[in-house]
Amino acid sequence: MTTKMFGAPIRRKEDPRLVTGGGRYLDDLGHGALAAAFVRSPHAHARIVDIDVSGALEVDGLVAIYTHEDLPGRVGEPLPLLIPHPALTHGRTPYALAKDEVNHVGEPVVMVVARDRYLAEDVCQRIRVDYEPLAPVVGIERARDGAELVHPDVPGNVAAHLVQQNGDVEEALAGAPHVLDLDLSIERSACMPMEGKGVLARWDPEKAELRIFSSTQTSTGVRAAVAAKLDLPLAKVECIAPDVGGGFGVKIMHPWPEEILVPWAAKTLGQQVKWTEDRREHFISSAHERGQLHQVRVGFDDDGRLLGLDVKFWHDNGAYTPYGIIVPIITSTQLLGPYKPGAYRCEFWSLYTNTVLVTPYRGAGRPQGCFAMERTMDAIADYLGLDRAEVRSRNFILPEEMPWDHGLLFQDGRPLRYDSGDFPASLAKLKALVGWDDFAAYRAEAQAQGRKVGLGIGCYVEGTGVGPYEGGHIQIETSGRVNVSTGLTSQGQGHETSFAQIVAEELGVPIEDVFVTTGDTRRMPYAVGTFASRAAVMSGNAIALATRNVKAKALRIAADALEVAVEDLEIVDGVVQVKGAPGTQMSLGTVSVLSNPLRYAFDEAAKAATQFAGTTDLSKPPVADDDEPGLEGKDFYSPTQATFANGMHAAIVETDPVTAEIRILRYCVVHDCGTMINPMIVEGQVHGGVAQGVGGALYERMVYDESGQLLNASFMDFLMPYASEVPFIETDHLETPSPLNPLGIKGAGEAGCIPVTAVIASAIEDAEGFPITSMPISPVELWELRARHARGELPSLAHHAAYRTSEENQ
Amino acid sequence: MSEPTTEELLDITLTVNGVRRQAQAPARRLLSDFLRHDLQLTGTHVGCEHGVCGACTVLVDGAPMRSCLMFAVTAQAHAITTVEGLGTIEAMGPVQQAFTECHGLQCGFCTPGFLTTITAYLEENPEPTEHEAREAISGNLCRCTGYQNIVKSVLRAAEIRRERAAGTRP
Ligand code: FES
Ligand code: FES
Repeated sequence: MTTKMFGAPIRRKEDPRLVTGGGRYLDDLGHGALAAAFVRSPHAHARIVDIDVSGALEVDGLVAIYTHEDLPGRVGEPLPLLIPHPALTHGRTPYALAKDEVNHVGEPVVMVVARDRYLAEDVCQRIRVDYEPLAPVVGIERARDGAELVHPDVPGNVAAHLVQQNGDVEEALAGAPHVLDLDLSIERSACMPMEGKGVLARWDPEKAELRIFSSTQTSTGVRAAVAAKLDLPLAKVECIAPDVGGGFGVKIMHPWPEEILVPWAAKTLGQQVKWTEDRREHFISSAHERGQLHQVRVGFDDDGRLLGLDVKFWHDNGAYTPYGIIVPIITSTQLLGPYKPGAYRCEFWSLYTNTVLVTPYRGAGRPQGCFAMERTMDAIADYLGLDRAEVRSRNFILPEEMPWDHGLLFQDGRPLRYDSGDFPASLAKLKALVGWDDFAAYRAEAQAQGRKVGLGIGCYVEGTGVGPYEGGHIQIETSGRVNVSTGLTSQGQGHETSFAQIVAEELGVPIEDVFVTTGDTRRMPYAVGTFASRAAVMSGNAIALATRNVKAKALRIAADALEVAVEDLEIVDGVVQVKGAPGTQMSLGTVSVLSNPLRYAFDEAAKAATQFAGTTDLSKPPVADDDEPGLEGKDFYSPTQATFANGMHAAIVETDPVTAEIRILRYCVVHDCGTMINPMIVEGQVHGGVAQGVGGALYERMVYDESGQLLNASFMDFLMPYASEVPFIETDHLETPSPLNPLGIKGAGEAGCIPVTAVIASAIEDAEGFPITSMPISPVELWELRARHARGELPSLAHHAAYRTSEENQ
Repeated sequence: MSEPTTEELLDITLTVNGVRRQAQAPARRLLSDFLRHDLQLTGTHVGCEHGVCGACTVLVDGAPMRSCLMFAVTAQAHAITTVEGLGTIEAMGPVQQAFTECHGLQCGFCTPGFLTTITAYLEENPEPTEHEAREAISGNLCRCTGYQNIVKSVLRAAEIRRERAAGTRP
């Protein structure tokens, strides 16, 4: 190898195409396809009395109108419950088009297909649906009191109730010198990728085959779901995820109603049909996340060491549970962060509400869990008058205690067992980066100028790279071009580049010769999907293993042709050569020709290879029994458990003494995702995650009124941070490789956003001197908290002054 | 039901990326849809269709405009530049090149809107400070990058422009 690829900040291979308008996103495909649009419920909870389409039939360009009654067989049955769980005793899923009843605003009721989207929307506007409104259940408190029900056959609106514990919490709390109670809440937010969802389907009547394009995070999942629903052989359905404009979780749910309806309509009509979600549809009918109320009871000793932790929380799962209870399970396990909790018990209730369903959003339950745990850490520090970083470090799981088994089951049904990490080292780096020990002096200086500043901290551990498996396939063409495919998809994470780096390094070829395809079921039909920070861990390792297989084959063939021992060969820059005698060599392209005993010289490489054609052994077949033609290889990676990445963030905020405006002055991140394939891409993931975290901490919330109308269903009203709101992010890295996989990789996709809400709350609390227990927080809310604090309705931090410098204490 | 069921088509003549084009579109057709679906210049993206995200930004006579807030017919006689007009893979514009150097994009969906916005901005302010660079892009939403590398890209693009003007780079 001339340059080292693995671990280098290589520029992305996908970028030249994307910056010149060459991206192919869902709505860029299918020119001339018919367009679908949907009549969606304007009510949060209602019975459908009548649907009258007569006024719509005269619109020129109308092709078809479908209601639930028109849906045949399995298309008309409820959508699948993808991830059942024994605790999910009352799972409910929607129909692709509502049958008799709607349970949230935005639920699809009628599908229209027309010549273009404008006309399809004209038709939608002329369709009259009569509803009989029912009492809506909005918000966790209303769901919890159970007076009104979302589904009449689900008592108390409880979809699932789960308890996990390790040790005797009652006893631990009873014996603890100190016990604190905290009530902590987080509001709903949403992924909001810049590209919404979309589906394009083509039915080929001659071959009886269906081709689907979807802006999905899992093309294999969509393919399987459509095949099952439309009763087609899997072999007759293919699904391709083209360029996808961001996902962050919302595009993993499968199938979305439209992913069934559009292919079904394409097959029924024998024409291409496309649906491109608009922004309002995305707000009201694509998934949200985050809404949870938490009650924490913690017992600790005089040094701030945890003895017992008892957490109860209520999770708002929206109107349906097609994706199971992954989010609350993650909260209940991952809130433990880098700490030893003593005895631990967590109990949650997952509740139905008449609002759009909930599936994982980047971080997936962890931002809430981290908020609960980190607020608790701050509370302990405050109560005892100790330094907040010190209390954390006293509770850390130490490197020599790894692997650490929490005695709980993680989201994948496997043990919650940390594989590696060095939390004290991470904390030391963070303290140095933010200048933890100098902050008191900085605060004093600011105070002297009449400014209010605060320092916040947050630590997390993130289970990444969950199984079950991913695959990699490598094929080397006679030109030397290396085709790599893996089944999981890409939504901007730079997989074309990271995976190419792995192959370039493992195989010894220039990265320019490596071409990666993701998310195309024609190229790799076995795959799971891109979520849970699993792509680099799962596909990265699968691709490395596949590359090693191909390399072994290439060396075997070259060794034969060059008449040398395999051990004496190496591959440098795409050429197989004898170590120490680079004169004896052949290109990988030539090896590829030799791997396939054809008699035709298609190209120069094939002609060149003739010089290596030895004498044929006529007693053997051209392809040996234990061999295959072609320079190809495939492998899968399937781990026994998730790998656990970690990180710590700190921020300095300033709150305006008059307006209560909140400004982030500094934001520091220390991040450990094991071995990094491309540090530039990892940093980019961290930046993006922090920006989403800042949104979650200060701006983003889903404002439902009590009738279940989403009042801020536009970018005008749902505030996402612009460049003006996201601080400059200072980063430092630690690399503690995972012992679980050959490359030592841990996932990095979600980390950035996990602790931000906790960190900003911590910093605001530190600036203001009273507890912050509910996020996101707006200036108005902070202003009101100040007023309540001034009226004595909100306590001051107990020992707020204790860890300030003596001058400040006056 | 007073709207017409068949739409009247209007003639439009405009220049797109330096090429004179003639086309027809109904009065209500958005410029974004016209560019994307009628002219098949799909590089311009639609993120919100209500003028907030900036993904659909194109240059109209050199000035950045949100093509989701314009009707195609109002582009009559104007010169439009889309991302396809800023450069090619072989000959990238300075802003395009800067984005590839600075990891200024992830999914790339918001990117065309940033590229057009920044291209126009650097015409006006060829030597922005970091603070000015941040301000210049603060009308465009990106959900992936956290903006830091986009700010970097603005500064790098300004540098590339200077290098190219001085002939120190192709
Ligand atoms: S699509 Fe035009 S501003 Fe968002
Ligand atoms: S790069 Fe994905 S939205 Fe900006």
